[in-house]
Amino acid sequence: MLEVANLEVVYHDVILVLRGISFQLPEGKIVALLGANGAGKTTVLRAITGLLDIQNGDITKGEISVDGKTITKARPSEIVSRGVTQVLEGRRVFGEFTVEENLRVGAHTSKGDTEAHAMRVYDLFPLLKERRKSLAGYLSGGEQQMLAIGRAMMSDPKYLLLDEPSLGLAPLLVQQIRDIIVEINEQGTGVLLVEQNANMALSISEHGYIMETGKIVMDKPSAELMRDEDVQEFYLGLHAGGGERKSFRDVKHYKRRKRWLS
Amino acid sequence: MTTFLQATVAGLSLASIYMLLALGFVIIYKSMQVLSFAHPAIMLFAAYMVSWMAIDKQLNFWLALALGVVAAGVMGWLAERVAVRPMIGKPLFAIAILTIGLDIAIRTPVNNLIGVNIRSVGDPWGFGTLQLGDVVIQHRSIAMVVTAFIVGSLLFAFFRFSRVGLAMRATAIDQEVALAQGISVGRIFSLAWIMAGGMAALAGTFASSDLSGLTQSTYIVALKALPAIVVGGLDSIGGAVVGALIIGLAEAYTATYQSQYLGFLGGNFSQVVPYLVLLIVLLIKPYGLFGTEEVERV
Ligand SMILES: Nc1ncnc2c1ncn2[C@@H]1O[C@H](COP(=O)(O)OP(=O)(O)O)[C@@H](O)[C@H]1O
Ligand SMILES: [Mg+2]
Repeated sequence: MLEVANLEVVYHDVILVLRGISFQLPEGKIVALLGANGAGKTTVLRAITGLLDIQNGDITKGEISVDGKTITKARPSEIVSRGVTQVLEGRRVFGEFTVEENLRVGAHTSKGDTEAHAMRVYDLFPLLKERRKSLAGYLSGGEQQMLAIGRAMMSDPKYLLLDEPSLGLAPLLVQQIRDIIVEINEQGTGVLLVEQNANMALSISEHGYIMETGKIVMDKPSAELMRDEDVQEFYLGLHAGGGERKSFRDVKHYKRRKRWLS
Repeated sequence: MTTFLQATVAGLSLASIYMLLALGFVIIYKSMQVLSFAHPAIMLFAAYMVSWMAIDKQLNFWLALALGVVAAGVMGWLAERVAVRPMIGKPLFAIAILTIGLDIAIRTPVNNLIGVNIRSVGDPWGFGTLQLGDVVIQHRSIAMVVTAFIVGSLLFAFFRFSRVGLAMRATAIDQEVALAQGISVGRIFSLAWIMAGGMAALAGTFASSDLSGLTQSTYIVALKALPAIVVGGLDSIGGAVVGALIIGLAEAYTATYQSQYLGFLGGNFSQVVPYLVLLIVLLIKPYGLFGTEEVERV
């Protein structure tokens, strides 16, 4: 279980961005973390994988643990070794490296069985195998997303954290990515799926958390979230009439159940 | 023709020294976007260590050279770890100034140790030469060119094939992704300074192995490698090699031909040529021949 409890994060010592976030990713499950732009989703992932430092961010409160052992403020290399790997928002493949070299970078922490991991990634993404000698910069957006996921899988993570993998992809490609995530999960990897595309995320996840300005405002089994009227209106793009998209907090008739897990 | 070939040999020898230095500058620059002005001091320190061990302590030259390489590596590691690392995130300008301070801090005691006499590094090449047709080649030149070639090839293989080399390249391109994949970026920084130090030790020893020997002003050689990397592009390994060749050859040809054709420019004009080439290249290509455009200049 990857567990985040009461997490508070501050950037530049003054900007409070996460105000007590708690959630859990059980082993082998898919959990969705949803929220609009700026809600703090990426910050959550940075906190987990130790990437706050180079953003001048700090964990000021709370605890993050993997399988019962704390990784709060651990070094990124140690966190990867503990089986938690993140795919950053926006793919970020090494354009001037070949596909193969990109994957080798992903295997940096894995001792020995790089070959086996590569075989598995090529099985997941036959296309990457075909193009393993070409420069990653020449791949299409969808292919680059697959490479970014494949690169992270090279570390053989127990928990894979995906930051908006569907961002900027055509619907057909989103489908493909979705199928891949399901397959990776079926092979035993737990997935934390951070998305603005709630439809896709809720359709494959077990449980969903909804974030707004640094807090989790709702969490329910994904199937229930899908049926929830407010969620439909604000996150599934089903709202009628258009107009200003109000904040989730403003919904009067919504009986918000704040179930803090801490 | 003989004169030309003779000048070419001289140019390649110079280029070997510049290349060993330029590669160090570039490896450090690529990994942490810092131009290390402490490099000349580390080179001078290493040359002194070799001289001290080989002459004062009567150690075998090759052993002294190997220990000199290690000493410079350690010095580079220390400089990065103690002085530069804590400054990460500060303005590049501030870090550049800091490395100038480091240069002075290292060079002052080393200068005192070197003293005012010309020191030898105890190299085995002496005045030995090889005759190839009409061209006379110093043994020293052969050693330098061969070493530069071997070091260059090893580096190429390292960056191309090894796990750590690839991690270094990855870190140079995108530090955050490198971290996210579990690469210890701090160790990459250390390694960059260690490698640069080791290569500077080779360069310093070679530079001190000719008639002029090792003096306090030997460090100027390292300053002439700066034009080489700027010409090649600060962040390009291949550019450092090409830049070193251009600068070394230009300097040697000038030294050979200038007195004949442009005598009025004076006796030591070739010393200025690296900077002249630098000026011309920058006028035409502001980011160097192989540099990336967005590279910030210090
Ligand atoms: N490096 C940073 N420094 C300062 N503020 C930041 C930084 N990164 C993100 N923020 C701020 O934190 C908030 C949450 O950002 P982020 O975690 O990227 O949200 P999301 O991923 O949900 O879009 C935003 O208001 C953003 O401006
Ligand atoms: Mg984000």
